[in-house]
Amino acid sequence: MNESIIKTIGVAFAVCLVCSLVVSTSAVSLRDLQKENKLNDKRIKILQVADIYDPNTSIAEQFSELESKFIDFNTGLTMDEYNNFNIDDYDQILVTKDPNFSTKVPASEDIAIIKNRENVGKIYILRNELGGIDKLVLPIRGYGLWGTLYGYISIEDDFNTVSGIEFYDHKETPGLGAEVDNPKWKAQWRGKKIYKDNQVNLSVIKGKVEEGDSDSSYKIDGLSGATITSRGVSNMVAYWFGESGYSSLLRELDYES
Amino acid sequence: MNLKQYQDVIIKPLIDENPITLQILGICSALAVTNNLSVTLVMCAAVISVVSFSNLFISLIRNYIPSSIRIIVQMTIIASLVIVVDELLKAYDYETSKKLSVFVGLIITNCIVMGRAEAFAMKQKPLLSFLDGLGNGIGYSLILIGVATIRELFGAGTLFGYEILPLISNGGWYMGNNLLLLPPSSFIIIGLFIWLIRSLRSDQIEEDDFFVSKHSTSPDLTKREINV
Repeated sequence: MNESIIKTIGVAFAVCLVCSLVVSTSAVSLRDLQKENKLNDKRIKILQVADIYDPNTSIAEQFSELESKFIDFNTGLTMDEYNNFNIDDYDQILVTKDPNFSTKVPASEDIAIIKNRENVGKIYILRNELGGIDKLVLPIRGYGLWGTLYGYISIEDDFNTVSGIEFYDHKETPGLGAEVDNPKWKAQWRGKKIYKDNQVNLSVIKGKVEEGDSDSSYKIDGLSGATITSRGVSNMVAYWFGESGYSSLLRELDYES
Repeated sequence: MNLKQYQDVIIKPLIDENPITLQILGICSALAVTNNLSVTLVMCAAVISVVSFSNLFISLIRNYIPSSIRIIVQMTIIASLVIVVDELLKAYDYETSKKLSVFVGLIITNCIVMGRAEAFAMKQKPLLSFLDGLGNGIGYSLILIGVATIRELFGAGTLFGYEILPLISNGGWYMGNNLLLLPPSSFIIIGLFIWLIRSLRSDQIEEDDFFVSKHSTSPDLTKREINV
């Protein structure tokens, strides 16, 4: 009797119904928690890169110390308002899919392989006691070996010295390219300089930075066994601190201060 | 139905009928998720829960499944369970779920889950099937944990992310073996495990599939060599 067509369709339907109910219930009931996890994960990285993260205090509270600003990549100016976007919800990765809010990067300039760059980005500012800028946290992204690395880099108030770097999403090989998450490797970035004679000069080199190298403040040790990831990180820095990235913003801020 | 039977379905898959080393199933995930012990443990927990619950549910409805669509019914149940596990991980262990990424979803294609559903749960009672799933899941986990321990310790010098063998790159003395961090090394380690288990349990050694006959021209060859 199990083999009749009616029974077969009936069983298939019942199994699908029950399974879809189970799946949708779990997806809907856990959605808020997952969203919060994702947001918190990103916020922790931003706080870490600004060097103010304290695991014992609430993330939302710590995050309120940072000031979010829109930045227009075409003018290099910061803005408080952009279209009808709420700055807290503005997702600059998402808008790259919309041609109204993003620009296709010409292949010759697309060294970080990001394809589309948002017209307006979002940056975070850490103020000092006097209300001046202490640190800037700038989102960066670029292609490594297996996929795009998404991260943040923080800049000191001279707008040239790196304070820290963090990646919140990447697909690199654990133990090799994924060593971009190694705290010892990330610690090297602190104090490195980006621009030399107004050109981006900071890069991840192959092998170790030699002692006594006069250019050592522009060089980061390569990740061993991860040449392509290292090159990807270099390209990312070159792109985002170049003309189509944050260089006009940093120049602008440097004049002001 | 006696206690011995229940014991057997749990204990046999651990070594004697281990899904990886005897049945050679589920190798793909054993390659992908074993370079870090803490990630491996979460993967093991996920597989154990999926294989035992899929066995349980499939066994519960085994008498109602028309044999013409039994595979797709099994797949549907397994896939739903995997999605639920994935959602739970994303909600309660976000860090690990990020590291496991696509491999949780790939439990659906893990041959162990499908194999146990088809070979065992379709014929046996629910409780027994559940325990069989549990046993096979744990058997799979034992091998994975073994592989991950070797790979993480000798590849990255750490266990659970804690430094055990200080690497030269971090100012220590140990030169990490980068091959162990790459998936192919699991093949070698699993091969060594199979060798070890089969030399201890010689009844697991399979008979040769074919017989290599002696080289028919070899006597002539020796003669020729002597003549030269």
